[in-house]
Amino acid sequence: MAAFARARTSELAEPVARLWPDLAARDLRAPEIGLVMLRGRIGGDGAAFNLGEATVTRAVVEIKGGYRGYGQRLGREPATARLAAVADALWQNEQERARVEAEIVTPVTRRLAAESLQAKSEAAATKVDFFTLVRGESEP
Amino acid sequence: MYVAVKGGERAIANAHRMLADKRRGDRAVDEIGVDQIREQLALAVDRVMSEGSLYDRDLAALAIKQARGDLIEAIFLVRAYRTTLPRFGFSEPLETADMLISRRISATYKDLPGGQILGPTFDYTHRLLDFALAAESETMPPATSPVDPAETMTRVTDIIAGEDLIENNPQPADGQPVGDLTRDPLAFPADRDLRLQNLARGDEGFLLALGYSTQRGYGRNHPFVGEIRVGEVEVEMLIPDLGFAAPLGVIAVTECQMVNQFKGSKTEPPRFTRGYGLGFGHCERKAMSMALVDRALRAQEFGEERKGPAQDEEFVLSHSDNVQATGFVEHLKLPHYVDFQAETSMLRLMRAANARQAGLPPAEAAE
Repeated sequence: MAAFARARTSELAEPVARLWPDLAARDLRAPEIGLVMLRGRIGGDGAAFNLGEATVTRAVVEIKGGYRGYGQRLGREPATARLAAVADALWQNEQERARVEAEIVTPVTRRLAAESLQAKSEAAATKVDFFTLVRGESEP
Repeated sequence: MYVAVKGGERAIANAHRMLADKRRGDRAVDEIGVDQIREQLALAVDRVMSEGSLYDRDLAALAIKQARGDLIEAIFLVRAYRTTLPRFGFSEPLETADMLISRRISATYKDLPGGQILGPTFDYTHRLLDFALAAESETMPPATSPVDPAETMTRVTDIIAGEDLIENNPQPADGQPVGDLTRDPLAFPADRDLRLQNLARGDEGFLLALGYSTQRGYGRNHPFVGEIRVGEVEVEMLIPDLGFAAPLGVIAVTECQMVNQFKGSKTEPPRFTRGYGLGFGHCERKAMSMALVDRALRAQEFGEERKGPAQDEEFVLSHSDNVQATGFVEHLKLPHYVDFQAETSMLRLMRAANARQAGLPPAEAAE
């Protein structure tokens, strides 16, 4: 679900259209935009407090075989949230799971890992290397 | 007192048309895109998200464009928009310990696990205007360095807590609801969860001034920046149908852990105390100010004398919201014709009475 939540629209739309062209997904809950109240923790690890809201879009679909998929993503992209629900429904079907993993989950996870490594590498380049100046009075 | 006044529709329509024209500015200059605001005025976007209390970069960028760059007006637009949407639920508390860090500094330890990561900062710039930016410029991609996968970035406060030298944060009490000032009006005294929610959406300028006032002696609390960290955290929300929390994506936040002078008692050894700041996007000045004010507002809890405005909960929390503040200040522009007429008549009566007492002929006031 993490991969479906963070996939780009094309990373869902392209494999779904290519591999499951005749998929008749039925909307159990049409895509809907709303809010989620984001919570922080007092002092970073204490009790929760309400930090502020974020937009979120959710959708629920059912595909042949009665497999239900839930899609929920930050932002306001109804079509993409529905695609996330479709991918989740396909993943529920054990016959399809391997293809969903190979064609959607793995590419998204790889991209996210590469982006995360890039971000860490950029941050690492700004790490301070301290060096201590030797004071004159010390004996050699 | 306000009186219903009709008329002015044409003037209002034309004023708004003129506003749209001024917003567009010189047609010979390219129109700015919302995507350009989102990407290139990112810190303005972050501020509108924080104080608008709504994380959505595109909406904040649109609001900035619509408001002609007036950030408080943009915050107002975002606040108004959020009232049109249903709320699906609450996130699990964000785990800032697991942040994908782009910046992380500490003023309390030079050498700490993970090191001092400067990230994209204005610090150490010379604050000289860069005229190269006035022309179109080629920007280099950021430098990169190899990453040690084994290296962790333990929170500085966790390091201090490891030696039991800092107070523990309050842990959730069973069944204790989390206060929400978007649902229930603020009442005093307010618990720390409500205070932090209020400060998180509070005006940066107001909190900066209050934080500064504590440093200048109006409620001094001896702060050290234990840590500032900026980066991305994952958001998860409980899906009731499924019975577990599902990931929704990531957001960028800034966290400031202020380490303040110690408190102890007969039963407890002295420990450093904490002030906490958290906000959307990269908002370091805001997070630091929030942490200073959070600590100042804990004066009563620590038995400190309350003598500065930053320590006065009712004063701080009632005046921190810039949408409320601008609403009440700007309402003075609305017609007050009848109030003013009443006061004018009163003034004339007082002057006439004074004149009679002094035995002078009534002034020939202009009617």
